[in-house]
Amino acid sequence: MTAKIELIGVKKRFGSKVVLDGIDLAIEKGSSLVVIGGSGTGKSVMIKCVLGIITPDEGTILVDGVDVTRLKGAARDPVMRKFGMLFQGAALFDSLPVWENVAFGLIQGRGMKRTQAREVAIQKLAKVGLSEDVAFLSPSELSGGMQKRVGLARAIAADPEIIFFDEPTTGLDPIMADIINDLIISTVRDVGATALSITHDMVSSRKISDRIAMLYNGRIIWQGPTKDIDHSGNEYVDQFIHGRAVGPIKMAVKA
Amino acid sequence: MNILGGIGRAVLTLLADIGRLADFTGRALAGLVSPPIYGRLIGIQMLRIGYFSLPVVGLTAFFTGGALALQIYLGGNRYGAEAIVPQIVVLGITRELGPVIAGLMVAGRVSAAIAAEIGTMKVTEQIDALTTLATNPIKYLVVPRLVAAVVCMPILVAIADSIGVFGGYVVSTGKLGFTGSIYLKNTVDFATRADIESGLIKAAVFGFIIALMGCYNGFQSRGGAQGVGAATTAAVVSSSILILAANYLLTSILFNT
Repeated sequence: MTAKIELIGVKKRFGSKVVLDGIDLAIEKGSSLVVIGGSGTGKSVMIKCVLGIITPDEGTILVDGVDVTRLKGAARDPVMRKFGMLFQGAALFDSLPVWENVAFGLIQGRGMKRTQAREVAIQKLAKVGLSEDVAFLSPSELSGGMQKRVGLARAIAADPEIIFFDEPTTGLDPIMADIINDLIISTVRDVGATALSITHDMVSSRKISDRIAMLYNGRIIWQGPTKDIDHSGNEYVDQFIHGRAVGPIKMAVKA
Repeated sequence: MNILGGIGRAVLTLLADIGRLADFTGRALAGLVSPPIYGRLIGIQMLRIGYFSLPVVGLTAFFTGGALALQIYLGGNRYGAEAIVPQIVVLGITRELGPVIAGLMVAGRVSAAIAAEIGTMKVTEQIDALTTLATNPIKYLVVPRLVAAVVCMPILVAIADSIGVFGGYVVSTGKLGFTGSIYLKNTVDFATRADIESGLIKAAVFGFIIALMGCYNGFQSRGGAQGVGAATTAAVVSSSILILAANYLLTSILFNT
């Protein structure tokens, strides 16, 4: 069976700093993989390589078996239409009301009429528990949790095949984090999407994933089913999931 | 050895900056001639860049025209040539001061605003979000601002020219004893089409510089608030210097001197 997303030997460096040092990772269609790892280990760079925002130095990225590693411009548009993304800080457009943020990909990316796109946006907002009133507010009028919900509504607005989540629960209180986790599970299931998430929140990782992979020193050092994470037999994974200061992982002071 | 190394690094950094700007300009120009063209966004930017710059450009042009009339009168007085005020005011305003003053004022107002807005979008991942929504950030953010600035600047300068001449008229008739009808007749008789057109051509080029430097520096911003602040400063400084340099080059080309 062809993996929905596959990374083969992906490498990326910035100047002398090696961020990704040969990532090999495959995500099956309809599954949810969470990549864990400390801050500054290259999780965001990895996800941006898959999204085409950063071009890897070496390696191959396949989406549905097609090499998309160096696709640019209009040639990349069909691939981008398969993607939805929830950014860490939601990354909502300040200049647009909430509904237009949600409908942005439909209007600009797919040429849907604004009135029709607004109806779809209001439906998607309802799916993440936000009322129609919110649709006409500015993003700056919303709390962090509400912004995340709007970001999630935007990510699922065009019913994408693959959804990326960048630190979906960072900066939220535990209750709001749990609500976002539940929304991620339900929305991914409703859309029938494949999900790739990056986080260092273990509660969230365990809840939203089928499989977990750990990134350390630019490489995937362990991956397996979520239920096996507590018996990984990997001392790096053990230290990370239990949040111990003492262990083989030494935290870098400088990025 | 360290001095040579420092010079080498500075040269390499400069060349890299020039290369990045050339690449950015090339992508922006390519965006101008390929669909989609965001007409609604161009309209919004024309409002922001053109309409909302009218008060600042109008006021500066008025006072510049008035001060120019005073200076020409005082200078001409030394040679008994104070009657030449209307002719020199219209020449100075249409050829030089109208486009340059308007260019610098709009650079301060608009270039800074563009750099701050795009810089904030950059550091809050909004530009990455555009990419993930299958929208080309150059076409969505840069092209509408370039088009709006290139279209609006000549209109702003035409208005600045009129208000600048009017400023000279008000000072000359109110303070220097000129007769209104004679002042206007001398102005109209002396100004040529080439004087006005050269100013408008300059204005279009200045508009391109203002929007380009605002967008480029916004896209280059790194880090948080400090990075956005640095991008804003760089946008105003670079666009102002480029406007003055382009003004000299254009004057030299347009008047074959």
